[in-house]
Amino acid sequence: MSNTGTERVKRGMAEMQKGGVIMDVVNAEQAKIAEAAGAVAVMALERVPSDIRAAGGVARMADPTITEEVLNAVSIPVMAKARIGHIVEARVLEAMGVDYIDESEVLTPADDIYHLNKSDYTVPFVCGCRNLGEATRRIGEGASMLRTKGEPGTGNIVEAVRHMREVQSEIRKLSAMSKDEVMTFAKVIGAPFELLLQIREEGRLPVVNFAAGGIATPSDAALMMELGADGVFVGSGIFKSDNPEKFAKAIVEATTHYQDYALISELSKGLGTAMKGLEMSTIAAHDRMQDRSE
Amino acid sequence: MITIGVLALQGAVREHIRSIEACGAKAVEVKRVEQLDEIDGIILPGGESTTMRRLIDSYGFFTAIQEFGRQGKPVFGTCAGLILMASEIDGQENAHLGLMNMKVARNAFGRQVASFEAEIDVKYIGEAFNTVFIRAPYVLEAGPEVEVLATYQDRIVAAKQGPYLCTAFHPELTDDNRVIAHFVTMVEASIKATA
Repeated sequence: MSNTGTERVKRGMAEMQKGGVIMDVVNAEQAKIAEAAGAVAVMALERVPSDIRAAGGVARMADPTITEEVLNAVSIPVMAKARIGHIVEARVLEAMGVDYIDESEVLTPADDIYHLNKSDYTVPFVCGCRNLGEATRRIGEGASMLRTKGEPGTGNIVEAVRHMREVQSEIRKLSAMSKDEVMTFAKVIGAPFELLLQIREEGRLPVVNFAAGGIATPSDAALMMELGADGVFVGSGIFKSDNPEKFAKAIVEATTHYQDYALISELSKGLGTAMKGLEMSTIAAHDRMQDRSE
Repeated sequence: MITIGVLALQGAVREHIRSIEACGAKAVEVKRVEQLDEIDGIILPGGESTTMRRLIDSYGFFTAIQEFGRQGKPVFGTCAGLILMASEIDGQENAHLGLMNMKVARNAFGRQVASFEAEIDVKYIGEAFNTVFIRAPYVLEAGPEVEVLATYQDRIVAAKQGPYLCTAFHPELTDDNRVIAHFVTMVEASIKATA
């Protein structure tokens, strides 16, 4: 007898992705380039975040034709995004057999109060977080993997750095707390108490935490690994660069060997122009994707 | 004390390190070829086999790991590691390291929604293992020198050939360290044999 969709199987899938790069792709051709470059998974999308940002309007789950095309093109895992709180988009992606669903603030939220109860699904979920409160609320809802939100589609690493540092620093603070301080900390950050006790005991999150939202160069990827990320998502960074194939390979190698600086300097040579990027202060409050959920 | 390396190019490295240490051996993350000289056995962890293969090639691990095995030093592959060790991969023109004479199928139990936990027995190692299969492969055909250690629904999910051990499941994801402990005894035996 066997069990599918268990917590161990869902979290374990993310464990297998560690030290790897997950790349956004919009068609089979890009998916194949990503796979050949050594991506551990691809995220099938209709548009990469920078194009979603440029297009404006409501961003939804991708046309299933695109997702299906990507599913058939590669042998590595395929992830896809559903709108926050959109039960049906998530069920549709699960029915299509995608390997991981990103309940993502990159898309326009379908529910501005509640996230999905992700424990209900056989397919595992990844969610974004900016701090330990968001991280533990998502785990409490059943997320099997986390990522920093960063600020998607900007090619600016500053927000991903802020979010990774915030989560790590709160975990360190929690680890140093006496047990009688934990309940009040749970109240202040809005975190499930039992989960905080577990994190305090183990000194780390019970699920994998990747970096996402603004990674544009091999050095950016290595920086996030240095700061404690388990791996990286690269969205617009690869296929918005001059030479996606070379860029993808360089990011993969920089992620594995993130402390080999001589190597990273070699990898970074002659890559052509990275995506242009956006300065945070030029983004209007209503265009900040990271503020769409908490 | 014996030292066991975990190929740390990508994948579930931390879990294997923990299991090795729980079995009383020294564990090291192997990122550079020179480190193979410092270890007595190596584990090829779970992860993405295509990613690992690309990095194996980039950093000169390909012939180095084959040579490591030829010296009789034990190699243990889990999931993606099993795929790397096979001599033939169903539907693919080229295999990877080709350490074991067997044909394997990738993602053979299906996509992630079909990933599962099941209880199985493993010959020589023990009974009633709670095993975790994640987008797991299995062995389609095993050569005469390959000994089958476990099957699930009549499919081969653990096997051994000389100094080589492989499982389609992930013993490192549970607290049951019996499979890793068995690998540690294989490494100890190989040291005695060459001493």
